[in-house]
Amino acid sequence: MSAAKNANAGIGRAASQVHRLLTEAWRLQPLYVSLYAILLSFVVGGVLISIIGVNPFTAYWALLRGMVGGGDQIAGSVARSVPFIGSALALAFAFRAGLFNIGAEGQLLAGGITAAYVGALSWMSDLPGIVAIPLILIAGTLGGAFWGGIPGVLRTKTGAHEVISTIMLNSLVLFGVRWMVNSRDPIVLRDTESTVPRTDPIADTAVLPELVDSQPVLHTGLLALLGICFVVAFVLNRTTFGFEVGTVGLNPHASHYAGINVNRVIVISMAASGAFAGLAAASEISGTNGFFQPGTFFLMGFDGIAIALLARTNPVAIIAAALLWGSMLSGAPLMQQEADVSIDVVRIIQAMVLLFVAADAIVRYLFRVREMDQSPFKATSIEGSV
Amino acid sequence: MAQASGGTVLEVEGITKAFPGVVANDDVSLTLNQGEIHCLLGENGAGKSTLVNMVFGLYRPDQGTIKVRGEEVHFEDSGDAIARGIGMVHQHFQLIPVFTVAENIILGNEVTKGAFLDLDTARRQIDALAERYGLAVDPDATVGELSVGEQQRVELVKALFRDADILILDEPTAVLTPGEVDDFFGVVESLTGQGKSIIFITHKLREVLAVADRITVLRSGRVVGTTTAEGATQQSLANLMVGRDVVFRVDKAEADPGAPVVRVQGLRSQDDRGVETVTGLDVEVRAGEIFGIAGVEGNGQRELVETICGMRPATGGRVEMLGQETTHWTPRKIHELGVAHVPENRSKHGVVAQYTVADNLVLNRYHHRQFSQRGVRNAAAINAEAEELVEQFDVRTPGVDATIDTLSGGNQQKVIVARELTGDLKALIVAQPTRGLDVGSIEFIHRKIIELRDQGVAVLLVSAELDEIMSLSDRIGVLYRGRLAGTVDAADATREELGLLMATGSAEGQS
Repeated sequence: MSAAKNANAGIGRAASQVHRLLTEAWRLQPLYVSLYAILLSFVVGGVLISIIGVNPFTAYWALLRGMVGGGDQIAGSVARSVPFIGSALALAFAFRAGLFNIGAEGQLLAGGITAAYVGALSWMSDLPGIVAIPLILIAGTLGGAFWGGIPGVLRTKTGAHEVISTIMLNSLVLFGVRWMVNSRDPIVLRDTESTVPRTDPIADTAVLPELVDSQPVLHTGLLALLGICFVVAFVLNRTTFGFEVGTVGLNPHASHYAGINVNRVIVISMAASGAFAGLAAASEISGTNGFFQPGTFFLMGFDGIAIALLARTNPVAIIAAALLWGSMLSGAPLMQQEADVSIDVVRIIQAMVLLFVAADAIVRYLFRVREMDQSPFKATSIEGSV
Repeated sequence: MAQASGGTVLEVEGITKAFPGVVANDDVSLTLNQGEIHCLLGENGAGKSTLVNMVFGLYRPDQGTIKVRGEEVHFEDSGDAIARGIGMVHQHFQLIPVFTVAENIILGNEVTKGAFLDLDTARRQIDALAERYGLAVDPDATVGELSVGEQQRVELVKALFRDADILILDEPTAVLTPGEVDDFFGVVESLTGQGKSIIFITHKLREVLAVADRITVLRSGRVVGTTTAEGATQQSLANLMVGRDVVFRVDKAEADPGAPVVRVQGLRSQDDRGVETVTGLDVEVRAGEIFGIAGVEGNGQRELVETICGMRPATGGRVEMLGQETTHWTPRKIHELGVAHVPENRSKHGVVAQYTVADNLVLNRYHHRQFSQRGVRNAAAINAEAEELVEQFDVRTPGVDATIDTLSGGNQQKVIVARELTGDLKALIVAQPTRGLDVGSIEFIHRKIIELRDQGVAVLLVSAELDEIMSLSDRIGVLYRGRLAGTVDAADATREELGLLMATGSAEGQS
């Protein structure tokens, strides 16, 4: 008992030291929650690794080398991170409008299947790459935007909460595309020549050029998604529409009063969010796979939620968070090979990152509400002025 | 009228309660006899609710004592008050809509059999109570499906179920229809007839005279008179309630009204619960005049303003502004016509708390060419405009890039007023423009409103402060149950006349 207490006190002291460093020495207040979350998760992960009898430093050293140990590793890590940028933006944009879009998982599938369908159209191979590539990316973007826009419309027309409707739409599209690529009778989108269920391969002209021949391939979709991050940052922070989005997110009542068309902002924000997921999926279809398989995007949308929250929904910080996320997944196999620690440990660490980031947000959220309720001054100043 | 039939059950002696910036109760004393209906009368903010909240253990007095049946009590929370036999029916019901009547009544005081609820026993107890006091409730009905009057009966049964002998009813008739009010009076008298004692809070004079045994009038936190119903008239109570003979008048020239700018005809609209609170209202505001709307809160003021400004759908009638029918226009379209709106609820509608002073100052014009070119915001222009407005309206802020929630309420209101009063205005709709502000800010805002009037703007002013209405307005309409009970020239208006209209809807004092 007392040993546990001592350990607790020790951890507390260490944590407060770290906090002092972060806030006073390094001036990183805006991101300290995220940094804490990462740090804490690795500490807990380290405990877990030692419980299974492995030296956590050995394991983490292997993980680090798997992530950034050489040119190939770095390129592979970046390649793995690319789609996460889009799926994280899908949460972040809607979040600014006060919406919790947890439908990136489905919006990726909707965008992916649309891109694969358009990419495999027979006349695509007759087009030059400069036309075919934008076409397949736009197709995916629109597919995602459509699927993301539905919960926006449902929200404004019926009041259905987007959390519920996006979850439902995730299932709907997942089983929908599975059927489309599995079904032999009738044949919908299945490539009949392939032994595994997938769509027909896209035209060669629609394949994104590669940057590095790493594993997986680092393709030019990276540039598109990086560009989108800066565009989104610009739109949210500098444009009139971005101001409307932010206003609706912070105070929909005041927005309505100020003449903002709140419903329009909600629908556009949800569609834009879906579009980012759709673009990410299309760039994967075009740059990495060359065809659509539902499993490719498994958990990618949900990882996007974690990444966006880790980046505090800042579109530029999303780049860093997505890189961290993708590299961890990319480096994990080396950790398994060298230290015999399962890849799943990385997944557990990532889950804990989300937990710590989210729990903090919940705590703050609750605190703010209570603060408003309890202010006697506010309660009395309303009627106490006779 | 029930006859007082016993000793004193509740004594409040010298209670003082202050909140930051305001003394809500100042040396208030009150006694309640068994079987008595004691009315607590006063304007909004007079301190009625604060007083009963202390009796019910929700607030603790700064000074003074509360005695229940001769014994001094110090309530930590409402649970202590309930244990002493005190029950309270709040103005806003504390019921769970999806639960049944029986479930709501036993909530927090569950009748159980082992680990299970014993709803059968509860049902029988509720039926017995309902029978005894003439409070017809169906224990199995879902509360959300009941009318307001029925829900109120459930609240009463809930208090009686907890063996309350002293009942505090906070504005119980505010939400009832006239027919329900009569039923309710019947219930109240059957309660006192069986020995319950009641504190009845209201600002409606007719009701006071109908049910009260004794009446205590509060004004600005002080008791200004205690009388019996027999010794009072509506006129004498209105005088006591509104008080002060001196009206603080703002210096202003004679109005020079022009053509009608705002015309509202037969307007109807509903509150958030779907109750029609604007019930066929007509009003006309001319250019260069201030039309003040007085009235007890909750008579449709909020819905009237929001409907005129396009924020709430009209369910009937029409609104015409500057010769165009604007009944179903969006807030943006109405604003672009030259109609500004200072909203009643500062934090909900008036400002975005996390935004800077500058962003809040352009909240209704951020999309204008001046501040936005090709969809990109012009931060320099926004800041320049903000600097100018801060200067012009004397907003005390560390800078235009400070977030607005770091400012005092008065300065936040100045930001809203600055924003709304800027631009090419034809009409101005102002709701509670000075609520909760200090004297300096109030004067400033009043001066600005009069300046606009003198420039020919039509001003519709809605305020719960009779002084404000009287000192600013050129004409005054009294809003009563969703329509104007009367319109008077401000120059001829007396507080007594207005107070009577506000409380009864009629200048003769009959409702």
